[in-house]
Amino acid sequence: MAAYEKPDSLKKIKEAENRWRKEQGETVEAGRSFLTVSGAPVKDLCTPLDVAGLDYLRDLGFPGQYPYTRGVQGDMYRGRLWTMRQFSGFGDAFDSNRRYRYLLEQGQTGLSVAFDMPTIMGYDSDHCRSLGEVGRCGVAVDSLEDMEVLFAGIPVGRITTSMTINGPAAVIWCMYLANAEKQGVPLDRVGGTIQNDILKEYIAQKSWIFPPEPSLRLITDIFAFASRFVPRWNTVSISGYHIREAGSTAVQELAFTLADGFAYVEAGIKAGLEVDDFAPRLSFFFNAHLDFFEEICKYRAARRIWARRMKERYGAKDPRSWMLRFHTQTAGCSLTAQEPENNIVRTTLEALAAVLGGTQSLHTNSMDEVLALPTEKAAKIALRTQQILAFESGAANTIDPLAGSYFVEALTNEMEVAAEEYFRRIEALGGVLAAIERGFFQQEIADAAYAYQQAVEKGERVAVGVNRFASGEPLSIELLRIDPAVERKQVERLRELKSRRDGVSVGNCLQRLKSAAAGTENVIPYILEAVKAYATEGEIVAALKEVFGEYREQPLF
Amino acid sequence: MDMSSKRKIRVLVAKPGLDGHDRGAKVVARALRDAGMEVIYTGLHQTPEQVAEAALQEDVDVVGLSILSGAHMTLVPRIKELLNERQLGAVPLLVGGIIPEEDALALKQSGCADRVFTPGDPLESIVSYIRDRCI
Repeated sequence: MAAYEKPDSLKKIKEAENRWRKEQGETVEAGRSFLTVSGAPVKDLCTPLDVAGLDYLRDLGFPGQYPYTRGVQGDMYRGRLWTMRQFSGFGDAFDSNRRYRYLLEQGQTGLSVAFDMPTIMGYDSDHCRSLGEVGRCGVAVDSLEDMEVLFAGIPVGRITTSMTINGPAAVIWCMYLANAEKQGVPLDRVGGTIQNDILKEYIAQKSWIFPPEPSLRLITDIFAFASRFVPRWNTVSISGYHIREAGSTAVQELAFTLADGFAYVEAGIKAGLEVDDFAPRLSFFFNAHLDFFEEICKYRAARRIWARRMKERYGAKDPRSWMLRFHTQTAGCSLTAQEPENNIVRTTLEALAAVLGGTQSLHTNSMDEVLALPTEKAAKIALRTQQILAFESGAANTIDPLAGSYFVEALTNEMEVAAEEYFRRIEALGGVLAAIERGFFQQEIADAAYAYQQAVEKGERVAVGVNRFASGEPLSIELLRIDPAVERKQVERLRELKSRRDGVSVGNCLQRLKSAAAGTENVIPYILEAVKAYATEGEIVAALKEVFGEYREQPLF
Repeated sequence: MDMSSKRKIRVLVAKPGLDGHDRGAKVVARALRDAGMEVIYTGLHQTPEQVAEAALQEDVDVVGLSILSGAHMTLVPRIKELLNERQLGAVPLLVGGIIPEEDALALKQSGCADRVFTPGDPLESIVSYIRDRCI
């Protein structure tokens, strides 16, 4: 490593490199450019000169030790493999329950729930805005009853569940907790994750409900409730995944996600919480795109940046507050509708990058996800891909095996520096919320997405089977179809529930919730109470909208 | 005829339904603008009524819908119906997004959509289709 090279030896290396370059001459084929997927130039060769300032103990250290560049666990995958957690959900709770049990039987080690759009936006299945959307791109959950069906026969005390829910995260979380209690599992034994990352909704995924301020209040209420009663729960999964899917570069994904993370930490501190009381339960969620080394370096840089900031700026003392733990999903936007079988190969490469980058859990996309929700067969191949990586490839045997590569260390450093530059720009704009209001992130991402698409159109960015080596063969794989009857059945079940439950009790619960929301009390116990009375998600969200209002975006392109 | 005085092609790019996937809609909107068209982008989470009303108010030559939530078989026919009600039945209606082939066929055969674009279709194909339809 460069840190061990003496200055005079660095000089000798420089001279030797100059000689080598002269001898080598210009050998690049005309018309070829060497850029990462993010459009960043890549060096042809790295040497100790590229990492001359690197200090092993200061910048890398040992796994499980500050600054965690080499990983958050001391024994990494030798102690425990990453969690194989396939994101899944479709139709009604009965359909998805069957798929979850199938995935668990196939050796999956954690669950990850995909909700349909009405659930994500806080509408019940019988709302006029839900028409045609029920159960389409995830599972429809209207009430605690649906949650009970969704986890029937699945021991929630023994598995952990991740739920991709943001605007109404507090409501869905309360349904999960209430169901756990009904299964006889005490809250302090319940483990899992809610995405609950509203900032990246305004920035990229665009599934918001309330304006930023009350949204952040809901999040800090969740922090406070979880730290007291549900200590094994990851309260936010700070997500770069959707930022990347919306078209950002790797550096933007890294920088915007960490900036969001800092904003949550600051919101928690501002709400009067001790940083070490909630920061250990913050987790992250990154994309794994096709550019192998860029992705690996992104994860390594993310850990180092987070550790340093948490310790140095926010004064966290608990090492668990310094550790950036993350889930990874392979890049949906890298998949092609043409020759979908090729997506298995793309996903394998992306998954390998996530593993070499030290992910704690992983979702591998199914080959057909660019066309529809995955069939059972496609979902099984995706899970098998992880199992082959884990048990056949040997990739998980050595911790952070690419450390010390001149290229990997140099690129890790470069990405850290580029992210720091973004932090300065965001701060200059007045912080994350102010930058959102000014459309800063949205414009940066739209520009990057357009540049990427232009490169594809010009053939500078190759998509095999699409703009190079296209065969034009018709599609030959089976696709999952959602039965249109799902919506009607779900609406009927909901109406039946509404007629059966104690309507007076529901009304009282919603009234108490509104008073709490209008004041400063923690709203979580009130949501929990309403959920247990079988108030629906839509009713609870509507009650909160009365107090909090709704968010509107200024559209730009 | 003086080309500069000719009215630009006006396109409404709309995001009906509940999903927030606006990458495609925004990239297409920009490509159309770069191709010299006047683009009105509705923003997200539009109801069918809002889309049809925007088409009327903005006096557009083409309506493009971007749908990635799987709700296209409900939303597209509904929007077509509302456009017809506003005497905008002749305005070409284009759809883009995750639309399975058989659904695309059904939308075209029922006369709801004039053309369906799916992942991998070049931006140029959208631009030239609109130009051809509007000349």
